Amino acid sequence: MSAPSAAWVVIGAGAVLTYAIRAVFLVFAARLTSVPPPVREGLRMIPAAALAALIMPAVLRPQGELDLVAARPLAAILAAFVAWRTGNVALTIGVGMLAVVALGYVPGW
Amino acid sequence: MSTTRDAFRQGVVDVLPVVLGVVPFGLIAGVAAADAGFDLVTALGFSVGIFAGASQLAAIDLLGRDAPALVAIGTIAVINSRMLMYGASLAPYLAREPLHRRLGAAYFLVDQVYALCLIRWRADPELPRLPYYLGTAIPLWVNWVLWTAVGAVAGASLPSAIPLGFAVPLVFLALLVPAMHDRPTVAAGVAAATVATVAAPLPANLGMPLAAVTGIAVGLGVSVLGGGVREAEAAGDAVEAT
Repeated sequence: MSAPSAAWVVIGAGAVLTYAIRAVFLVFAARLTSVPPPVREGLRMIPAAALAALIMPAVLRPQGELDLVAARPLAAILAAFVAWRTGNVALTIGVGMLAVVALGYVPGW
Repeated sequence: MSTTRDAFRQGVVDVLPVVLGVVPFGLIAGVAAADAGFDLVTALGFSVGIFAGASQLAAIDLLGRDAPALVAIGTIAVINSRMLMYGASLAPYLAREPLHRRLGAAYFLVDQVYALCLIRWRADPELPRLPYYLGTAIPLWVNWVLWTAVGAVAGASLPSAIPLGFAVPLVFLALLVPAMHDRPTVAAGVAAATVATVAAPLPANLGMPLAAVTGIAVGLGVSVLGGGVREAEAAGDAVEAT
């Protein structure tokens, strides 16, 4: 639970920044039609780097303590396998959620 | 020669299967907001204002863990900076549109619109471009806002035995796996994951931006060593020549 006003500051600034990111090249479209290759390669790394950075703490440290053998890491490995084999977002979420709920009922976990 | 209406309709037809795939993601955007203690209007504020799922979920997650607003804002900017590439890539196709239309179109520039437009515009150069763009974008937007609202309303009443928060890393996982498709992107993902795990106890959730920046640097380094930047240069020349 956090203050609603903090959320609106984040929404406002996030909206302005995101719009600027989307618009900048479309506005200067007529003049600039290519990004320098090193910049393009750097931008290409962002999804993998940012998503991996978001996933690991949520999976391995849900309560702040490093936890390698628990329901969440196992469910995440299973979901990653489904994502890799099927590429289906809904199926990945479904299998991961089912696994984490089911593993929660295994005694000793 | 296609009319404006045909082009718009073509966009809607192409985007419909994609729209269905985004439904659970939109639901989770709403549920995550409710889970973090935000009301319906705030949940819709994220979806209408930012309109970029991964960054919304990350910001909501950070705010829910009482991270400073500045860290949440910086995280949104880092995650969405990939859209710089989308704008640069689509810009030549829209160069003849008047400025106010390009400014309007920019708001809708999300992953799925970018991917569909690039494929269709290359295959069918005669198709009116902006109507097709809006044909893909508007159903995605309506769908996104609608399912956010459903998720935000339903989220508060879902049983607590289901760890809804876990759906957030699962969404990211489903997006991460296809994003790691060659040696530099795999290196970027592995490096970021390692730093994020080790640096998680840092205050103010600074581990996340630190891990992301490290991952980008490592991926870029692997790309440079493997000749990826030179290939990108060659590919850029090819695009400009067409």
